[in-house]
Amino acid sequence: MGLVVSIVLTLLALWVVQAHALSHAMLLAVILVLAVLQIVVQLAFFMHFTESAGPRYHVSALALGFVFTFCIVAGSIWIMTFGGTQPY
Amino acid sequence: MALPGYVGNAPTSFFVTGDPMIYASDVLIVLTVIGIVFVLTYYKKWGWLWREWLTTVDHKKIGIMYLIAALLMLFRGGTDAVLMRTQLALPNMHFLEAEHYDQIFTTHGTIMILFMAMPLVFAMMNIAVPLQIGARDVAFPYLNAISFWLFFFGALLLNLSFVIGGSPDGGWTSYPPLVENPTDPGPGENFYLLALQISGIGSMATGINFLVTILKMRAPGMTLMRMPLFCWSILATSILIIFSFPALTIALALVLIDRLFDAHFFTMLQGGNPMMYINLFWVWGHPEVYIVVLPAFGIFSEVIATFSRKRTFGYSSMVASMLAIAVISYLVWLHHFFTMGAGPGVNTFFAISTMCVGIPTGVKVFNWLFTMYQGRIRMTVPMLWSIGFIPTFAIGGATGVMLAVAPADYQYHNSYFLIAHFHQTLIGGVVYGMFAGLYYWWPKMFGFILNERIGRWAFWFFNIGFYVCFLPQYQLGFMGMTRRIYVYPAGMGWTALNLISTIGAYLMAVGFVLIVVDILYSIRYGERDVTGDPWDGRTLEWSLPSPAPHYNFARIPTVTARDAWWVMKGERKRGEVKRELEPLEPIHMPNNSGRPFILSVLFFLGGFGLVFEWYWLAIPSGIGVMVCLLLRSLEYNMDHYIPVSEIKRTEAALGRS
Amino acid sequence: MSLAHEEVLSHPDHDIPLEYSTEDGVLKIFGFWIFLATDLILFACLFSMYQILHLNTAGGPTEQDLYNVPEFMAETLILLVSSFTCGLATLEMRKGHRGALMAWLIVTVLLGLSFIFLEVREFVDYVGRGATMQRSAFLSSFFTLVGTHGCHVSLGILWMLSILYQLGRRGIQAITARKVFIVGLYWHFLDVVWVFIFTVVYLQGVMH
Repeated sequence: MGLVVSIVLTLLALWVVQAHALSHAMLLAVILVLAVLQIVVQLAFFMHFTESAGPRYHVSALALGFVFTFCIVAGSIWIMTFGGTQPY
Repeated sequence: MALPGYVGNAPTSFFVTGDPMIYASDVLIVLTVIGIVFVLTYYKKWGWLWREWLTTVDHKKIGIMYLIAALLMLFRGGTDAVLMRTQLALPNMHFLEAEHYDQIFTTHGTIMILFMAMPLVFAMMNIAVPLQIGARDVAFPYLNAISFWLFFFGALLLNLSFVIGGSPDGGWTSYPPLVENPTDPGPGENFYLLALQISGIGSMATGINFLVTILKMRAPGMTLMRMPLFCWSILATSILIIFSFPALTIALALVLIDRLFDAHFFTMLQGGNPMMYINLFWVWGHPEVYIVVLPAFGIFSEVIATFSRKRTFGYSSMVASMLAIAVISYLVWLHHFFTMGAGPGVNTFFAISTMCVGIPTGVKVFNWLFTMYQGRIRMTVPMLWSIGFIPTFAIGGATGVMLAVAPADYQYHNSYFLIAHFHQTLIGGVVYGMFAGLYYWWPKMFGFILNERIGRWAFWFFNIGFYVCFLPQYQLGFMGMTRRIYVYPAGMGWTALNLISTIGAYLMAVGFVLIVVDILYSIRYGERDVTGDPWDGRTLEWSLPSPAPHYNFARIPTVTARDAWWVMKGERKRGEVKRELEPLEPIHMPNNSGRPFILSVLFFLGGFGLVFEWYWLAIPSGIGVMVCLLLRSLEYNMDHYIPVSEIKRTEAALGRS
Repeated sequence: MSLAHEEVLSHPDHDIPLEYSTEDGVLKIFGFWIFLATDLILFACLFSMYQILHLNTAGGPTEQDLYNVPEFMAETLILLVSSFTCGLATLEMRKGHRGALMAWLIVTVLLGLSFIFLEVREFVDYVGRGATMQRSAFLSSFFTLVGTHGCHVSLGILWMLSILYQLGRRGIQAITARKVFIVGLYWHFLDVVWVFIFTVVYLQGVMH
């Protein structure tokens, strides 16, 4: 089941890129959303994310990790493009 | 084998030559090593050293080793500082030449942050955290030993550059494109990169280790909100270490790839972007200052509550402000390079977030003051350092907010105003905190109390010297003196202030020497701590004998409230509880192992090989590291049980039943 | 290891998987989740590096010149399938089937090896066309980002081989079960990272 969903998501991403149907920014957004869905698939189907003995600290830890990941990537791009005024 | 490529174009060779000060240090180093080897051999202590220390996985011993190493590094970094201040005391001095001065400010900064502040913090957390939460060791004792030895050999690698190959001279922040091959040939910069990388792996492992320890190994009944505030501070610090050190790893690795393989991340040619390094460096760098200062906050909370004989005022707001600092400190990194000019939107965002981080810090200061209010205060040495910290940090914090005003920062940037600001926060916060912790937990570590009288003298020398040294530097910054200049002409109006500042630095040095004197004096004459609770403490570490037995707790305590030990003492005093002692059970402990040490030696050799691009050394060492990991994976008997009879004997010898 | 409170379970409870049955296992699995969070940040830095530099080709080969759709699709599908087989291995372990567990792990290792083979071939091909790491900032960051992932995968393969050996010698027990579970987490994590490499590096590169 997990395999099917993840392969469908991958092919979908390839298809939207090759179909030239969307603008550049939209396209980027769509494929990033598809990639995020892939994370959910991996966590839910393969990584047994919700399992734990005792309180689920690893869920909060990983959530915080995602927040900081977003901060670093978005912040760096925002800064290094001088507030979005340079191409990237 | 291939000679390092820098020989042709740099004035250095394998051994650093030419400077009488370096020859003197060479002689000193050789004599010290001969001395240590002689003493160990003469007293037949090699086996003892290996069994008791080099192979230990006991968090208390690892903490002590961190402490010793950190104090040595404080001596080295402090000597660098005194040399710099001597050079700047008067205009047109020729005590140090430019190149030597560059090396000294680089090693001063690098050592003080990464090889002094970090290990001091790690020392305190290793010594106190498992005892405070009622655990018998950290979650991963073997990994803890690896962390220590990686730090140790990282520090050794950096210090080796002093006599072999030449010290790094690109500043502790090591900005490209200056540190790229064309402008900074020679092994110095490689030493910096690899030393930080090796010790950084250890720091990251420590962060993971203590996060797991605190979240998963608390004694029964010790909920998160019953934890001592020091443990909370270590929890927040661990979170910051975990999420910020990878950025440093990447920043340093990419500079190394640039230098070793001629890549173009941060070069000026082929599309490289040096500002990206500065961005990544400060993604780590800003959380880093909170990594070292939050544990100091934790120590102040413990010390102030203990010596005011009151519970901490506003416990929940202390916890909340610590977590707020941990998160907000992630969102401020651009304030280190406002002058890049990323645009009004970007600069405004980071200016405001920077000012916000001051708010939770302010909350904590008021909580400490209210904890002292109406308390029965005892002015011991740890308490002196804690009270001394409040004004220094208030000044440092206020100047920090000034620096956070982005337009004004264009004036302060890289001036002595900045130098004064961050020394005020880092010394006034971290060093004061660690000295408070040193005096506070010393009896727990070694079983005797440091002499209070000498300690007071040390505090006053250091504290007065501190203001004398750094207050003039704010003024010098306003007068246009920039950081990292090694000489200045007469007639700038800077002379008097620089001279005063240098006098202050010497006073601080006297303070440090007095602490060393205090330690040496107290080893012989210090008051022995026979109760295990010399300060009438509040937290669980004081329920144990000093020093604690290697398994810490013969019986794991059950916690019913905050300040667990204080509550237990109260119950006992009122005779409320005649608690039935549960029968002792065999204690499960990890085995000692020599592999962390060997693994770190291999890391060291690999790092040393890469410094000189000696792949014949680096590659076998890397394979050796992999073999060590594999051998560990194949090992299944990693622990043992201490039988009840032995526990009984140990406890009886310590006067406990 | 260790220490505070012995086995979490003093009595066998079939609801709790073997890898969680000792305190040691619980601590190590939690610690490994935290490690994955650090690795996540590590890759985040490399991704932002790539995103900043990927247009800085300095007149050298560009993304469109290099990336080849069938090639990176093959790599992606192989890795996705290997993540699936690795998941099957964990499920077989929970049922206590050692043979099936080892078989699925071997399949995973083989898929991993073929992924590495394709990636090395891709790198060699690029270098042969003059697209070396030294050519431009874009290529420096490409090789570092994708190469770091490749190193992780290679390490994962060695790790799985070591665990296969241990499974062969000791069978499924608390320690080996924990090791299989952790290496599985690692492998799925690498799949997640690859999905982002696929998206940010390859798909973005062929978008125009």
